Amino acid sequence: MKMTGAQALVKSLEAEKVEVIFGLPGGAILPAYDPILDSPIRHILVRHEQGAGHMAEGYAHVTGRPGVAMVTSGPAATNMVTPLCDAYMDSVPLVVITGQVSRSFIGTDGFQECDTVGITRSVTKHNELVMDPAELPMLVRQAFHLASTGRPGPVLLDVPKDVLQAEIDFYWPSDEDVAASLPGYKPTVKGHPRMIKEAARLISEAQRPVIYAGGGILKARAAEALRELAERAGIPVVTTLMARGAFPDDHELCLGMPGMHGNYTAITALQQADLLVTLGARFDDRVTGRVDAFAPYAKVIHVDIDPAELGKIRQPDVPIVGDCRQVITEIVRALGDAPQPERSEWRAMISGWQERYPLHYDPYVAGDALKPQQVMEVLRDSAPEGTILVSGVGQHQMWASQYWKFNEPYTWVNSGGLGTMGFSVPAAIGAKVGRPDRTVWAVDGDGCFQMTAQELVTASSERIPVKVAILNNAYLGMVRQWQEMFYEERYSEVYLSPDLPDYVKWAEAMGCAAFRVEDPDEVEPTIAKANSIDDRPVVIDFRTDAREKVFPMVPAGASNDDVVVHPAQSTSTRKVVQ
Amino acid sequence: MTTSSGAQHQTLSVLVENRSGVLARVSGMFARRGFNIISLAVAPSDDPRFSRINLVINVEETSVEQMTKQLFKLVNVVKITELHPSEAVERELLMLTVAAGANQRGEVMELVGIFEARIVDVSPAAVTIMLAGEPDRLDDFEDLIRPYGIVEIQRTGRVALPKVRKAS
Repeated sequence: MKMTGAQALVKSLEAEKVEVIFGLPGGAILPAYDPILDSPIRHILVRHEQGAGHMAEGYAHVTGRPGVAMVTSGPAATNMVTPLCDAYMDSVPLVVITGQVSRSFIGTDGFQECDTVGITRSVTKHNELVMDPAELPMLVRQAFHLASTGRPGPVLLDVPKDVLQAEIDFYWPSDEDVAASLPGYKPTVKGHPRMIKEAARLISEAQRPVIYAGGGILKARAAEALRELAERAGIPVVTTLMARGAFPDDHELCLGMPGMHGNYTAITALQQADLLVTLGARFDDRVTGRVDAFAPYAKVIHVDIDPAELGKIRQPDVPIVGDCRQVITEIVRALGDAPQPERSEWRAMISGWQERYPLHYDPYVAGDALKPQQVMEVLRDSAPEGTILVSGVGQHQMWASQYWKFNEPYTWVNSGGLGTMGFSVPAAIGAKVGRPDRTVWAVDGDGCFQMTAQELVTASSERIPVKVAILNNAYLGMVRQWQEMFYEERYSEVYLSPDLPDYVKWAEAMGCAAFRVEDPDEVEPTIAKANSIDDRPVVIDFRTDAREKVFPMVPAGASNDDVVVHPAQSTSTRKVVQ
Repeated sequence: MTTSSGAQHQTLSVLVENRSGVLARVSGMFARRGFNIISLAVAPSDDPRFSRINLVINVEETSVEQMTKQLFKLVNVVKITELHPSEAVERELLMLTVAAGANQRGEVMELVGIFEARIVDVSPAAVTIMLAGEPDRLDDFEDLIRPYGIVEIQRTGRVALPKVRKAS
């Protein structure tokens, strides 16, 4: 069938069952926007290309399908670099299409030309400059295949304008064609049987085991399998920032989040463990603290689909390359019905820590600003069943992860590896597009909100009713916390002002319902009001206490043994084994 | 084995798809991960769809395992063969121009003879010499020629193939 490259591109996206594209047109991508008019694919017109990328990420996080963004060349492509890098760090499947100047202009510094594939090479799983129009359908198929299989990640196709205008014979490649076209790409999904047996043996012998569950559990749709393993072997589970929701917080075996701002029990259980069952996690520095002091008594089973993660930071005793769901299922099978060790001493130690060091914050004092942790708790308790929580990056993100109860996978969307401020508003919009049946709350900081708030215009005009809770402490709060703790309270360039901008007026100008809350008695009713609004976005400006810090905290570069708990708890003696 | 730079090295023979930008992907990955490349040689393979990259890498600071794993994540990398110096035949080519007037040319010619090098260009004041061989031998030759005054030197970086198994 004869058609233009642009028509072939859109037809290929349809063939990949794309339901929505987040994008913004411009010169070089113009030809592709004409067939969009006739396509059943929904297009969401963003206000800044970075927003398109984060929306595609939010969509991918909650649906598990690749998010698709399409923008033009030059500055549009460079605006996409942050979302690409964010998706690369957090293994989020994206397919991003950028326009490029016509082939004959490439290399001449043409208008809106930039070396997009060169710039994005190190922040994509793969990228291609499409030089042969006939290759377009195959490259689209490859892009979706690469983005969504193996370790997921972003794939970019850079398409010159004249490639979109050229006439081609449309041909939709088969699965075999795609496999044959990628001779160097064969992800290992099935774990090595001998290693699986060895893993089962270590688990059955461990006295103080912990499952260290990472974002790979969610990517592999392995939450069910994880629960089966934890319950079968009776092993407590920590869920990293990327894995919140992969194991229910209300489960008796759940220890919650480890790491720099994890809870005392999760951190200490890893430190005292004699076995880490590491599943789809990558020993990130925010989890390990000082690496040579991390989990010093533990043998390590490490399961990951990416072979390069095994031994990158910590040498595993049992390395298993494979898909988490398949490997966990095999481990459960290998465990069989053999009894597990009693481990009552280990359980007692854990519950002792849990009792002694629960999350703690100072209660509200009349006349003060709101406690951000308390706002989080009310938001959590008022949230409709199945609410998806999205956050930006900073103190509010840590409070969100600490105080929310994640009992269902794919209900938590955040920027973990890259730590991208401004992530939450666009990512929440993408999440709501992916799961219109769910309530989507974005928890944001005032600093983050100012980076990408304009996408609320997109949300209003496209009728995507997300809800945003700004924990407005008038500071770049996490930076302020570090300056307070590690720079002798010398506050440098962190003050933002609570009133400039006026968040309520700003939100209203963008078509949102907007409220300001300063009185603790107004927190719950205002959230209830926000929950009842479903015809437009809602923004609540919560005036929170700037003096609040995130605890516990493992200072950067310190050992996890030196976790700093809330000052009110720090007088009690901390007891560790060994 | 130690190279002329003194670093522990290993050779990776990397079969890649013959597409534009593949070399940039490989070298970019090494730069981003902070891995050291000692030398690099690229040429088409016997199959026009693929090229072969010979990479000599410094394995003092990063394990060769981590480097090969990261390399293999590149979609266009098809096959990686680790060539340990004891299991590989390694060769390199050197060309150098040495200042050698009439009264020194005899001595230079003598070295050329000993090393079985070849004169590829000659002028009244200088000669250009080519030598192919094991990298260590090239180092030795370079050291012996240096006192005469090297005007210009170019080495290709080593290429390697696994040793053929002897029939038993």
